[in-house]
Amino acid sequence: MRGKVYTVSQLNGYVRRLFERDAFLADVFVQGEISNLKLHQSGHIYFTLKDKTAQVNCVMFSSYAEGLRFLPENGIKITVYGSISLYEKTGAYQLYVKIMEPAGVGALHLAFEQLKEKLSEKGIFDEAHKKTVPEYPKTVAVLTSPSGAALRDIISISGRRNPNVEIVVVPVIVQGEYAADSIVKALELVNRWKGCDVIILGRGGGSLEDLWAFNEEKVAMAVYRSKIPVISAVGHETDFTITDFAADLRAATPSAAAEIAVKRAADISEKIRDAYASMTFFTEYKLKKAEGKIHEYIKYFTSDRELQRIYNNEIYISELYERINKGIDGKTTRLEKELGRNAALLNSLSPLRVLERGYSIVKKGGNYVTSAEDLKDGDKITVLFKDGERSAAVYEKERNETDGKKDI
Amino acid sequence: MARKTFEDNLARLEEITELMENEETALDKSVKLYKEGIDLLVSLGENLNKTKQQVKILKETAEGIFEKEDFAADEEK
Repeated sequence: MRGKVYTVSQLNGYVRRLFERDAFLADVFVQGEISNLKLHQSGHIYFTLKDKTAQVNCVMFSSYAEGLRFLPENGIKITVYGSISLYEKTGAYQLYVKIMEPAGVGALHLAFEQLKEKLSEKGIFDEAHKKTVPEYPKTVAVLTSPSGAALRDIISISGRRNPNVEIVVVPVIVQGEYAADSIVKALELVNRWKGCDVIILGRGGGSLEDLWAFNEEKVAMAVYRSKIPVISAVGHETDFTITDFAADLRAATPSAAAEIAVKRAADISEKIRDAYASMTFFTEYKLKKAEGKIHEYIKYFTSDRELQRIYNNEIYISELYERINKGIDGKTTRLEKELGRNAALLNSLSPLRVLERGYSIVKKGGNYVTSAEDLKDGDKITVLFKDGERSAAVYEKERNETDGKKDI
Repeated sequence: MARKTFEDNLARLEEITELMENEETALDKSVKLYKEGIDLLVSLGENLNKTKQQVKILKETAEGIFEKEDFAADEEK
């Protein structure tokens, strides 16, 4: 009774695949002590992880080893995270390490990395979401322990730089079991209050455990949700927390946060003084320029040439005036003379002038009689003289060219 | 909310300065700007003349009313 015969390679390949299909082995944390450490020049790290009764071969490839924050040493206790597979060449199974941390804080670090990745994927740290921190806040809310050195630093630095900026302390618990909830509540409180322009959230330095609240998801999310810009200020320069990534601005320390939030009053005063000086200078400059222009015009219009022109115009105008007057006078005299002549002529032609010279006019029934033929015997006529008229009667007709008149 | 912040006022002041520096800006406009600038200077100055820092502590009453009380350092130690 014999089944199929396999080669060693086939066997190891099978076992390797078996390992790699296993969900538990793909995602495992193991704690132990380092031994047989080899730091290969390629950057890969080979070692054995052991406890009192067992050991396992481990390899950490250079791509993961690059991110190590500490230098592994034989004999130190570490926690590793990685997956299990079979090294077919030796038939030994190995732990392929992705993350290595000193024991104790290791889990926290891992949790930190995992949360960081998770929130990063959700876009919580996106620059696009970050609010602009105002340059000149009137009121700064400080969320920290009321008894901590961080608060003292912030108050003294802010007061020194610009005492006009009001500091409003919102006390929070900054470490321990209740810290995260306390911070979340304080952030929500300040957002309901809306009485400040910027929030400084932070605490002084401490161990990773001490700072842990600032690495909790709910705190990061509360910072993310805040409508008021948040400056994070946790621990020392080298301490990075999830809150730092979620905040609108990260300050290396609480003191640095105060320096970022509060501009020096002297600098602002200087800015304002500069603006005043520049405004005044340019107004005066423009006024002077306008004044100069006006003077130029005045000078132009009072120049000899211009005055001469004005004077010449005056003379020309008075000449015109005289000529017009003369013209009018001449015309009037001529008209008057003509009028006198016409009146004399009219006068001489009047029939009354004829009577004055001794002639008479005969009228019959209102009509002038100009021919002897017009009268019959017995006709009543009127004879007009220069000094009156007489009635007369016709009684004899004579054909006499020269004496057509009748005696009365 | 039409409240002009310190920042808005400072930004406007800087804008006015730039406009006034411009040769193109007419004199009567410049004079108007100057007046506005002086008003801004006065209101900005009001925000800078305090010498004593205010430090308060924020409290919310059970009724949800916010109160600011003077903060004494080392309180709640």
